[in-house]
Amino acid sequence: MKYRHLVFANLFRKKIRTALTLGSFAVALFLFGLLAVVRGAFNKGLEVAGANRLVVVNKVSLIQPLPVSYLNKLQRIPGVTLVTHTNWFGGVYQDERNFFPQFAIEDGTYRQMFPEFIVPDDQWNTFIDDREGAIVGEDLVKRFHWRVGDRVPIKGTIFPGTWEFNIRGIYKGSRPQDDTTQFWFRYKYLEERENPYWKGLIGWYTVRIDNPDNATRVAGAIDDTFANSPWETKTETEKAFAAGFVKQAGNIEFLLLSIGSVVFFTLLLVTGNTMAIAVRERMRELAVLKAVGFSDAFVLSLVLVESLFLAAIGGGLGLALCKLFTLRGDPTGGLLPYFYLALPAVILGLLAALAVGLVAGILPAWSARRLRVVDALRRV
Amino acid sequence: MVRVDGRGDGNSLVHVRGLDKKYQRGSEEIHVLQGLNLDVDAGDFVAFMGPSGSGKTTLLNLLGGIDLPSAGSITVAGDEITHMSASRLTAWRARHVGFIFQMYNLIPVLTAFQNVELPLLLTKLSKAERRKHVETALEIVALADRMNHYPRQLSGGQEQRVGIARAIVADPSFLLCDEPTGDLDRRSADEVMNLLGRLVREHHKTVLLVTHDPVAAERAQTVLHLNKGVLVEGRAAEVG
Repeated sequence: MKYRHLVFANLFRKKIRTALTLGSFAVALFLFGLLAVVRGAFNKGLEVAGANRLVVVNKVSLIQPLPVSYLNKLQRIPGVTLVTHTNWFGGVYQDERNFFPQFAIEDGTYRQMFPEFIVPDDQWNTFIDDREGAIVGEDLVKRFHWRVGDRVPIKGTIFPGTWEFNIRGIYKGSRPQDDTTQFWFRYKYLEERENPYWKGLIGWYTVRIDNPDNATRVAGAIDDTFANSPWETKTETEKAFAAGFVKQAGNIEFLLLSIGSVVFFTLLLVTGNTMAIAVRERMRELAVLKAVGFSDAFVLSLVLVESLFLAAIGGGLGLALCKLFTLRGDPTGGLLPYFYLALPAVILGLLAALAVGLVAGILPAWSARRLRVVDALRRV
Repeated sequence: MVRVDGRGDGNSLVHVRGLDKKYQRGSEEIHVLQGLNLDVDAGDFVAFMGPSGSGKTTLLNLLGGIDLPSAGSITVAGDEITHMSASRLTAWRARHVGFIFQMYNLIPVLTAFQNVELPLLLTKLSKAERRKHVETALEIVALADRMNHYPRQLSGGQEQRVGIARAIVADPSFLLCDEPTGDLDRRSADEVMNLLGRLVREHHKTVLLVTHDPVAAERAQTVLHLNKGVLVEGRAAEVG
């Protein structure tokens, strides 16, 4: 490109100003990247949700239990092909900062219900033969340097006392977005050891249905079945359930959108001001270019390319730094297990940066385009 | 041969007829050029003199196609430029006009080589061909050894010589020089005027020069005095 030295020379005319503008883009896009990572982490449940799975929870609240006796009734509802149940355990391993989700699972059906999690057969068989057995995700294993056969103590918060588990297997996700930071143990262990109040109660059911198109009908049938009972249910798709879970943390989408908008608007003002000054300083030079024979369109393009170049380099730098930051893993100690800057977020960030560059450059570029050679040369 | 009486045969390089230029300043209308006629042949060296505000620079701007007349016509090398669209006029300037400015107007972030190369970027010449042309132009102005210097590393006279190299590098039909020595000391001014004279004599360039400096005007073959919007022929020394 024979004009590149014109662009580069102008960009490095005021090195500090260019560095500061690049820095503004880099900081803004770093922040954008982090917001996208947090959003992705919160919405991960939506991405991995199965279309043919429903979640049945207590109508009063997710934290209220349901009777285990519902299992058989659920299995008899038309359209239901498989039922399993899960309890949230909420224990602490060594330190409260070591957060990871622990679930008491129904070992007879859980593996069939969630085929995206892969456990070797021999490990699974050892697990169901051990009352205190546990299956852990591979990310959790890496985090705590566990091995199969290790004995792990977890201090209960909802279920008091110290609970000891034997790691019998390690599961992997079949998709990159699958959460491999979970800790599963057998519901029978929880039921046998827990106090009488909790006996016969579970946290929630997961139901597989024959056809995703029947989700609304089956969900209605389930809730109708248990209407007017002491344990009324609320049934929704796994995706809706995950979305509701995210909402409990507040309107994350709105928060992230607000922060992102403010950051980009500020960036727009900073870059627009920089480009306006850069063009005003060079009116005479731009007039000379026109006098020599460069067209109005060329001068407009020159200013726009400078602005877009700043946006691309600064934005790319910020996103690259964000990517490096996320490679170190979840900095929250387990609250955001899916701490990953995905390619779509990178592309969106670059496009947003380029859009800011374009909008910031368009007015100065237009004034450069409209510049009259005679007027500009007359200025001293 | 330069004529201002409007009796040229129309075969001259620059052919101006009935050129008018008016400006509006508030409610006042300023008539800068009034029915001006001019014929300049290829290879002529013409100096325009006159008091400040007499319209010298305006005339130069009109001849260079960077300003539009209120009336009249300008034909250069057979092209009638007064009715050209802005984009055609820009392309025409690239092909026919070499500007030399009082303040040199080099781009400070480009080297002498890159400044001189600018007009060639608009051509289809290869990089090697552009380099050859730029080196030749810089040799003509005796600055081949300064091609990698930035304007801030050059003296005023050297900057102006780079400006001249930029003006001649694309081999335009004529050079328009607006007070090219106005910002220089006597010695540098003489160097620049020697150079312009050499371009006319040895390279057969056509030079139209606006100046306040009678010594500079002495170098021209013809001196035209602009007074009250009308051109009058005469040697600089004779012009009052």
